[in-house]
Amino acid sequence: MKPHTLSVLVENKPGVLSRVTGLFSRRGFNIESLAVGVCEEPGMSRITIVCIGDDAQIEQVMKQLNKLIDVIKVSDLTENDRVERELALIKVNAEPGSSRAEIMQLASIFRAQIIDVGSRSVVLSVAGDTKKIDALEKLLRQYGVKELVRTGTIAILRGSKTVKSAK
Amino acid sequence: MKTGAKILIEGLQREGVETLFGYPGGVVLPIYDELYNSSLRHILVRHEQAAAHAADGFARASGRVGVCLATSGPGACNLVTGIATAYMDSVPIVALTGQVPTNLLGNDAFQESDITGITMPITKHNYLVKRTEDLGHVVREAFFIARTGRPGPVLIDLPKDVSTKEIDFEYPESENVSLRGYQPTYRGHSRQIDRALELLIEAERPLLYIGGGVISSNAAEELLQFAESLMIPVTTTLMGLGAIPCDHPLNLGMLGMHGTRYANYAVTESDLLIAIGVRFDDRVTGKLDTFASQAKIIHVDIDPAEIGKNKRVDVPIVGDAKSVLKEMIARIQKKKDYEKWLARIRAWKEKYPMRYPKDGSLRPQFIIEELSALLKGEGIIVSEVGQNQMWTAQYFGFKKPRTWITSGGLGTMGYGFPAAMGAHFARPDEVVFDIAGDGSFQMNIQELGTVSHYRIPVKVAILNNRFLGMVRQWQELFYDRRYSYTELPPVDFVKVANAYGIDGMRVEDPSDVRAALSAAIETDGPFVLDFRIEREENVFPMVPAGAAINEMIGGHCE
Ligand SMILES: Cc1ncc(C[n+]2csc(CCOP(=O)(O)OP(=O)(O)O)c2C)c(N)n1
Ligand SMILES: [Mg+2]
Repeated sequence: MKPHTLSVLVENKPGVLSRVTGLFSRRGFNIESLAVGVCEEPGMSRITIVCIGDDAQIEQVMKQLNKLIDVIKVSDLTENDRVERELALIKVNAEPGSSRAEIMQLASIFRAQIIDVGSRSVVLSVAGDTKKIDALEKLLRQYGVKELVRTGTIAILRGSKTVKSAK
Repeated sequence: MKTGAKILIEGLQREGVETLFGYPGGVVLPIYDELYNSSLRHILVRHEQAAAHAADGFARASGRVGVCLATSGPGACNLVTGIATAYMDSVPIVALTGQVPTNLLGNDAFQESDITGITMPITKHNYLVKRTEDLGHVVREAFFIARTGRPGPVLIDLPKDVSTKEIDFEYPESENVSLRGYQPTYRGHSRQIDRALELLIEAERPLLYIGGGVISSNAAEELLQFAESLMIPVTTTLMGLGAIPCDHPLNLGMLGMHGTRYANYAVTESDLLIAIGVRFDDRVTGKLDTFASQAKIIHVDIDPAEIGKNKRVDVPIVGDAKSVLKEMIARIQKKKDYEKWLARIRAWKEKYPMRYPKDGSLRPQFIIEELSALLKGEGIIVSEVGQNQMWTAQYFGFKKPRTWITSGGLGTMGYGFPAAMGAHFARPDEVVFDIAGDGSFQMNIQELGTVSHYRIPVKVAILNNRFLGMVRQWQELFYDRRYSYTELPPVDFVKVANAYGIDGMRVEDPSDVRAALSAAIETDGPFVLDFRIEREENVFPMVPAGAAINEMIGGHCE
């Protein structure tokens, strides 16, 4: 059981997201994260799904996804050389004084940006892979994370290889 | 200028639809108005569930797409069980539903229900058509998707304003449907096919395990040719009955929970299972680890998701059963002698025949055998669900594909009677019987109204045990005979039939069975037979839930 990153190319049609997510819940597969948006192909969207399962389960997920008429292509990027990114916005308690300075220091180590400063809190924006965001979040917990928003992972293959419809 | 309703009706005609089953209501008024003048024959059912089952029965009997129509909200929701039934057994139907006008969608308007949302998990695909301009190609796509690849139900939801709006529209003379996300594989991979044939040469005890996929791909002939040319014995699932003639020497009958002993023993001892158009359902495999545990497995299916789903497979072949079998036959180079294995199977067949007590009481198995003898194994036999279904599967002796119609995957009580109506419209020259249980028949008994109205010559043979018999059987065997809510009070089904203007007969004595069945067959219209059978008769042999399939109980032969 390990996390798999699936890149799913779909028709950009109403209901397609619920077809995809419905399939996961109905067949008892868990979604760790999901990100969706339009892509380079007109009329298509790309969904990146991170899910955990053994090889047989993941194979079954992919086959079931492929059966959906509105799904054009499903690829498992897990075994491929790829880059993954996720964006998180984190609102942290930051009373003026020493904790605020410490938070700013952490931010710079993680190449996070402070994108909003309030009188008692700051908002950090951080991009990176899941592990990096988890690590920053953990460090920030001591100050009090008031709110955390994550986009879910997106991924792309390194080099010139692409995930495209074969047709 | 044409209305959406007109475009829809024209589309149905262009798809070759002649008959559809439906029930009207507010938002489908424009469609019904269009039907009023059209050449399409619309059969008014008495409950929308029956419309879906009738479309399904039509599809199974004919191999063509069945069509049903219902209004929004309650009408659409009443189709749901029928759609799910068709989905589980991969039956091509197109379900048309009315919907509230687009400007009211999502408003909890009168008789609004999100039927595309509700049916998403039980359709192959579905559409909510929001523009009349899209309707023409949606109809084409829907039929294309329903009947190609692994067949299945497709639903089209039509808001009222989409049906009433007028647009300029002509169906293109020929338009190929092409969907970039849907390209089923029909031809098996030749490397894999060769590998399968190699395994057959290595094998000593091969067995063909055949399911509904062989029926739906019309591959019975190829199956027979393949089995005969290599002399491989054949067992079929409930859905595969009829793929090989019951009296064929290579036939082992049905396997699984209520399969023959010899079929289940053969699976257990086989060293090579050639599975075609099957899905290793739990009612077939029993305890999965022990199912065909000595065998290598070749699995042929048009749906890649079925291959390796429940059981590890040695040679996966994605493709249409007919095409793959043809290719396999063409590529046979060597043959092997399996005579020792065939002899072993013959010995099992002799030692463990299907048997039931013959003590002068009215046994359901006897009724089925008598019917089979009268029809000479011909006709179309539809069943309900429960003991009636299993006795029919075990004792009728099907000879041809598409003559046995039953709800396998979903096991829907109430399926049989409306499905039998549909089967009649598909094959009007055949005698159509619904073998019913008293419980199941009462689930869609209102369709007596429909068969009476149109004089649909469906014969209902109720194996009346005044029990929800199959459930009672489990209570007897596994719940200490505590018959919790499974006893049904007697119903005079003949009187009920008479109230609808239908003839019927009650039968209590085995010696009257043949005459009663003949009377039903000779009657022009519908007929209801109420067989008062031995109340606590069981279906044997039986594999208890979770046991290995060679651990069968009963069968009156130990
Ligand atoms: C719609 C539905 N509800 C419940 C069941 C569960 N069930 C399976 S068989 C059965 C009993 C069927 O009784 P009857 O139609 O009289 O057939 P018998 O087994 O007596 O031949 C029941 C309740 C079902 N299969 N379908
Ligand atoms: Mg009964």
